[in-house]
Amino acid sequence: MSNSKYLLDYTLRLADDALILGQRLGEWCGHGPILEHDIALTNTALDHMGRTRSLYQYAAEQFNNMPAEDKTGVFTSIALQNLINTSASLDEDNLAYLRDGWDFKNVLLLEQPNNDWAYTIARSFFYDAFNYFFFAALEKSADESLAAIAEKSLKEATYHLRWSSEWVVRLGDGTEESHTRMQSAVNELWMYTGELFIENETDNALAQQGIGVDLASIKPMWMERITSVFEEANINTPQNSWMQKGGREGRHSEHLGYILTDLQFLQRTYPGMQW
Amino acid sequence: MTVHSFQEHFDSLIDREISIEPKDWMPDDYRKTLIRQISQHAHSEIVGMLPEGNWITRAPSLRRKAVLLAKVQDEAGHGLYLYSAAETLGISRDEMYDQLHSGKAKYSSIFNYPTLTWADMGAIGWLVDGAAIMNQVPLCRASYGPYARAMVRVCKEESFHQRQGFEIMLTLAKGTEIQKKMAQDAFNRWWWPSLMMFGPPDAESPNTAQSVRWRIKRLTNDELRQKFVDVTVEQAKVLGLDMPDKDLKWNEERGHYDFGAIDWEEFKNVVKGNGPCNKQRLETRKQAWEEGKWVRDAAMAHAEKRNARKKEAAKAA
Repeated sequence: MSNSKYLLDYTLRLADDALILGQRLGEWCGHGPILEHDIALTNTALDHMGRTRSLYQYAAEQFNNMPAEDKTGVFTSIALQNLINTSASLDEDNLAYLRDGWDFKNVLLLEQPNNDWAYTIARSFFYDAFNYFFFAALEKSADESLAAIAEKSLKEATYHLRWSSEWVVRLGDGTEESHTRMQSAVNELWMYTGELFIENETDNALAQQGIGVDLASIKPMWMERITSVFEEANINTPQNSWMQKGGREGRHSEHLGYILTDLQFLQRTYPGMQW
Repeated sequence: MTVHSFQEHFDSLIDREISIEPKDWMPDDYRKTLIRQISQHAHSEIVGMLPEGNWITRAPSLRRKAVLLAKVQDEAGHGLYLYSAAETLGISRDEMYDQLHSGKAKYSSIFNYPTLTWADMGAIGWLVDGAAIMNQVPLCRASYGPYARAMVRVCKEESFHQRQGFEIMLTLAKGTEIQKKMAQDAFNRWWWPSLMMFGPPDAESPNTAQSVRWRIKRLTNDELRQKFVDVTVEQAKVLGLDMPDKDLKWNEERGHYDFGAIDWEEFKNVVKGNGPCNKQRLETRKQAWEEGKWVRDAAMAHAEKRNARKKEAAKAA
């Protein structure tokens, strides 16, 4: 892969993570267990959507600046290929709305369904803790645009992590029922956490240039944060070490197709219109 | 003071347009009417999140999605202010929820209509929020202080929502033929229910006089409805959409638009529970509440454990 393709792949995966979680959290809006926390969760969804937009805009800019011969074969979607063939520039919405699942590079964790409040909290907690350390490192990226996005995102992730940590503790150290639910959500989602730290060709290439984050260096910090919150919450850290993977390579769970169906239906049914 | 002089004092505050505050004496009926009115408004905000919330995952662009999320979140915020205002009258939020779930308390009937296309997000913002503003702006001067202050904040955000809704309609109306058709279809479906939002005609609204006297209602249903029609006709012209009313025409003598007969039979039925989504909306609210019980219990239990531990630690120290 060329250097510009690594950066595009990296930017897109971060955007995809943000979009898919934002979409999932948006499903809660109006259905939360407590009005104040319905508002808080929607606020978090909004932060993720804001980051989604900045990252897709940056990804689109990168793509549009690529030499024409590099543009073919980047995306498998026919809708995108048709657009590219007319030499139209791509925008944030084209990237979100016109790609199929195998072009999405989000981690599997984030497409897992909301199920209940404990499941939603566990999913956010694992990811918020990751984001907190990830953006703290990305803030120092040699790529100015990524560094700027990271700086803003770190502020948000700091708040997100505090919020989800508090809920892990509340549920873990609440009633017997909430404890059981929290523990089983953690147990069931644990196998999706390993993927956050898998380093592929893109990670290696960009880490070497000081653009990407060295994931191995943030893993111990993540683990320490997780276990200390779990300790306070009386939650056991799962011991199983078998981890699911595939999202970063575009191999997803069955859930993603349904998310994209909802997300994309209008753009697909009435293509090429301004909304 | 005797009850009589309490009443006189209250009346004189009302007459002098001085706001009534939670600790002031107030007649029982004033308190009851306010609780009913404010909680009904709070419930409308919360139930009103559902018809729009159901388009969050399907919004046609990332910008629209973010704006819609923010809007629905604002509605939750309005619910919060209003529940808090009602609580100052001596009712708890849980009691109000119970009244909503049991069907004792009502919410605005408009939310019992379905949102079928993306244009409905435009029509709701433009018409439903527009009608709500007509109703609510005068309430910023309502006699009950906490209510009036809540309404000031609500109205600021509502007028922003209304502009957003209009902008969605404008984008569709100036878009492709199919988008314009979508906008017109949404207009047709939401127009009449929006007119019904102002409540029954004055002749059939027996409580209006008392509420106007108490300054918790400042204009009558028919006055507000007429104002809304007059404004909306002009806005529809800007959009280039047809008014869904063949009887609509300018009345030179009155200086207002005359409009066709409203189907009050439909209104009564939707209020009674026979609207297309009454059951669905209420079930969704009840389900969210019931499924959230273990979460609320956990939060409570955890807070108690924490406090107990703090006390223990203080004792030990």
